[in-house]
Amino acid sequence: MRAPPQHRLRRLRRRPPPGPLDYGRHLWMRLTMLATFVFLYAPIITLVAFSFNDSRRNVVWRGFTVKYYLKAWHNDGLIEAFTNSLTIAVISTAVSTVIGAMVALQLWRFRFPFKGAYEGGMALPIVIPEICMGVAMLAFFSRTYWPTDLIWPFNLSAIIIAHISFSFPFVAVVVRARLASFNREFEEAAKDLGASEWRVLRDVLLPHMAPGLVAGALLAFTLSLDDFVITFFTSGPDTVTFPVKIYSMVRFSVTPEVNAASAVLIAITLALTATAMFLQNRAGQKMR
Amino acid sequence: MDNWRKNPRVFWILSAPPALWLLGFFLLPLALIWAYSFGHKEGIIGIAISWTPDNYLRALDPLYLQIFLKSFWFAGMTTAVCLIVALPVSLAITFAPARWKALLLVLVILPFWTNLLIRTYALIAVLRTRGFLNAGLESVWDSVDGVARAVGLDGLGAFTPPQLLYNNFAVVFGLVYVHLPFMVLPLYAALDRMDRSHLEASLDLGAGQFRTFFSITVPLAMPGILSGVVITFIPALGSFLTPDLLGGTESQMIANVIERQFKSANDWPFGSALSFILMYITFFALALRAFFSRGRSAMDT
Repeated sequence: MRAPPQHRLRRLRRRPPPGPLDYGRHLWMRLTMLATFVFLYAPIITLVAFSFNDSRRNVVWRGFTVKYYLKAWHNDGLIEAFTNSLTIAVISTAVSTVIGAMVALQLWRFRFPFKGAYEGGMALPIVIPEICMGVAMLAFFSRTYWPTDLIWPFNLSAIIIAHISFSFPFVAVVVRARLASFNREFEEAAKDLGASEWRVLRDVLLPHMAPGLVAGALLAFTLSLDDFVITFFTSGPDTVTFPVKIYSMVRFSVTPEVNAASAVLIAITLALTATAMFLQNRAGQKMR
Repeated sequence: MDNWRKNPRVFWILSAPPALWLLGFFLLPLALIWAYSFGHKEGIIGIAISWTPDNYLRALDPLYLQIFLKSFWFAGMTTAVCLIVALPVSLAITFAPARWKALLLVLVILPFWTNLLIRTYALIAVLRTRGFLNAGLESVWDSVDGVARAVGLDGLGAFTPPQLLYNNFAVVFGLVYVHLPFMVLPLYAALDRMDRSHLEASLDLGAGQFRTFFSITVPLAMPGILSGVVITFIPALGSFLTPDLLGGTESQMIANVIERQFKSANDWPFGSALSFILMYITFFALALRAFFSRGRSAMDT
């Protein structure tokens, strides 16, 4: 049975006053938190809300509509860009997950000369400014006369390669964190019982790595789907991706159609991230 | 950990593909623009690598030096604002009840997972002349105006919306918006590790909240603060999209100049030199951070 309102009020009043370290219960702290979250979320929420607004001028609410979603759906350029983005993300995720897992296994298992420098090199794509990587890729693909007029999806190869280069180190970091919790005695036991290297990898290591691999793959997918700067320098007129397309639309004008397209991308990214977090949580709970 | 000699076959199978990929599709492109940065243009599209330092010297031209300074100023402002906002926020998260903590952290990280371009675009709708912020300001203005008239004073007059977009303010606003999670996470990590009995002791011994914060909490969280400062400053300094979409002609940063050299101005050697200067600055900042954290751990032991 729910408590009657007065009773609840009394219970609220009976709560002890905030202790000296209960920073979260001080009024001004709460206001700061509230202001910060409003600052972080209000722009995104209004963007999504106004994709349903029945008006071209974005500021005033004129009623609910999904016509801008339909319009975005019938915009061939947008759909083509979206298909390109998904294709690039799928291929680059597959390759970078494999390469990233290899880096993680190698760094986790072996001691070798210049390991520190090697690790630093592998971390470079994470730390250098995106713009530098973008222009380097542009220069590289133009200097090597990389073919750009191949049939789809081979014309996306330059973008895919660039995406693999910046995502596999992220996968390596995630997978390596997962490997840290592996008990090497399992590996030794399997080898004692006559398992080959390959068998140990397939039947012992990979099952343990699985949550890390999935989390790493989802991260790589999101990174690829979201990337603008590096793609901007590697894409040509025939290889427009979703963010690059949105960029050109934004430069042109601010319309609810762009809001609708953005809302779709936000929804996809959030769903992927939620999945990754859920999987990691579950793996963490299983370990306990 | 095994020595690689123990099982060289597995070692090479594991290391060859990633090492070759990194070499061919990352280090080689970087080496190429490094070489370009010592070259000069020949004709319309040709680049001759003549090992001239001219491109780096040209970056010292007051015009470009000013852009570097401006980028430093923007990134510094961004870092400072992020630090001021993130300190109370991460403190509140640290001392929040356990069941709230995870949720609050996810709420801080979530915007980070939303596309950067879309977040920047969302800010345009907030900041533009007929945007949400000005609409809000206008309604406040109008109600103040109405109250003033009602009590017989002169009204404030018509509302003239301030220009919030395409200026330096918009760029710093956008950079703070984008980089706030970068600051909150390391601060939270540092504050969460902190031994709370120090704070309790300080409060018990009569220091106020203010004094406790500045003489106990901040020094204890210093490694986290430094790390947050560096990882906020570096991406803010190299930002391209935020100044490109929110800034005006007077608020362009290094990355925008680099982009122009590679696209419209078509001066790749100079653009390459600017890229490498930006990268050297990044490495320097990272080395600084490594130096500080090393000094810290040596002191702790």
